[in-house]
Amino acid sequence: MTAAVEVHDLAKRYGRVQALDGVSLAVEQGEFFALLGPNGAGKTTLISVLGGLAHADTGRASVMGHDVRTDFRAARRAVGIVPQEVVFDPFFSVRETLELQSGYFGLRDNGAWIDELLERLGLASKASANMRSLSGGMKRRVMVAQALVHRPPVIVLDEPTAGVDVELRQSLWAFVRDLNAAGHTILLTTHYLEEAQQLCSRIAMMRDGRIVALDSTERLLAAFSERVLRVKLDGSTLPASLAAGSVDEGEGWWRLPVPDVAHVEGMLARLREAGASVGNLEVSEPELEEVFVRIMRETAR
Amino acid sequence: MVPAVRSGFPTLLRKEVMRFWKVSFQTVAAPVLTTLLYLLVFGHALAAHVQVFPGVSYVEFLIPGLAMMAILQNAFANSSSSIIQSKVTGNMVFILLPPLSPVEIFGAYLLASMVRGLVVGMGVFAATLWLVPLPMKEPLWVLAFATVGSGMLGTMGIIAGIWSEKFDQLAAFQNFFVLPLTFLAGAFYSVHTLPPFWQAVSRLNPFFYAVDGFRYGFFAQSDVAPAASLAIATAAFAALSLITLQLLRSGYKLRH
Repeated sequence: MTAAVEVHDLAKRYGRVQALDGVSLAVEQGEFFALLGPNGAGKTTLISVLGGLAHADTGRASVMGHDVRTDFRAARRAVGIVPQEVVFDPFFSVRETLELQSGYFGLRDNGAWIDELLERLGLASKASANMRSLSGGMKRRVMVAQALVHRPPVIVLDEPTAGVDVELRQSLWAFVRDLNAAGHTILLTTHYLEEAQQLCSRIAMMRDGRIVALDSTERLLAAFSERVLRVKLDGSTLPASLAAGSVDEGEGWWRLPVPDVAHVEGMLARLREAGASVGNLEVSEPELEEVFVRIMRETAR
Repeated sequence: MVPAVRSGFPTLLRKEVMRFWKVSFQTVAAPVLTTLLYLLVFGHALAAHVQVFPGVSYVEFLIPGLAMMAILQNAFANSSSSIIQSKVTGNMVFILLPPLSPVEIFGAYLLASMVRGLVVGMGVFAATLWLVPLPMKEPLWVLAFATVGSGMLGTMGIIAGIWSEKFDQLAAFQNFFVLPLTFLAGAFYSVHTLPPFWQAVSRLNPFFYAVDGFRYGFFAQSDVAPAASLAIATAAFAALSLITLQLLRSGYKLRH
């Protein structure tokens, strides 16, 4: 099957900054894919190349098998991009904005889909309002609708939830999940790593224009992060049988690695046998944030 | 899948026309008023002193020149202001992300600029009809020069909009380039009244041919033969169009 997004050895330089430094990547159709990295890692540049907003210096990029330069019409029809910055045209109302965007893609009589987008994104009551009068969150919803107006098979969201309230964030993710379930490929960048962890099946991490990690969310978590049992012992010390890999966090708290959640019961039994009195405990799941921090630290130049 | 689709060009053209039409008080009525003020002031002050063509009063002489000046300036203003606004506010992405080719983008901005120039030009004539009924001896020349003149400046506006990164750069382009060239294009005088050196300089100005040829359409009198003027103005228009298309194809200052 043709990859939804495929880039090969992509490089792009802005003055003295190497924004992309030989990026190769394939996102399969139907994936919910996250592109993570610190500011300036090259995520937005990569997205710009996919949408034709920037031309790469070298390398190839294609969307649904269509080269973004030589077959730009088909490539751009196949992708809907929600840019990071909130931008709008102050001359038009919400509906006019969507009708125009639809027309730029050569679509006429797209009213039913525009109505559905307005409804799904909570914009129906603002359809006739001028773009200028909308709040920042509402303007962002319109941008999402603009990116979806031509029903692209590939949807790219560049930090869609930056500075967005909880309600919009939740409704946006519910909508995007539905789109993914309906077969759309989703490519997402975000600084909210818990969002990426919850939503995405595969993750690429970028740094200094290069991809430094690329794997399924599950495997990244397993390889770089661990489940831990934290216990607070009242007036007793940790038995020697549990000492391997443990960390004394102070104030009676100990941090114990848990390879498998089934081991927790046995560990508690050993504490009981040693006569330790457990005042408090919690099991924490692996977190993407930890993976991210470790990978960024390890790849620091 | 996405259904079979048409070109996005008509929509972009419609958007560009809507953009100025929604604020037509500012983009059409205001320049018509400015032109009328020129006409009243210069026409009144100079009417008794100047006669350029035999049998043509100075006010009559002035109207086509001023109308052409308004056409040129407004065609330029339309494309240049639209592009710079979109670039500065960032909404240019909504034009750059769709599958619009360089030719489609060029055509839409150009035609909308021509429409604005021609609407303002017609506004000037409508407003001056009650003042001085003007003959129109060769209407086809009027149409031809209005079309080529507005096209030339609409194209120049696209170039200026693409090149400028800030509003003051565009203002500089307008004030130090477009404005002098339109004022020195012979709207207020015949080049034959100028000293030989300035006559020669005027002939290097492509706007001069647009004004002179346009005026020929009304009075069947001009400084240069209209066919020659049309050829020169069309050549300038074509050259500017090729430059603009090349800029759009390369993504210069638009696709970074």
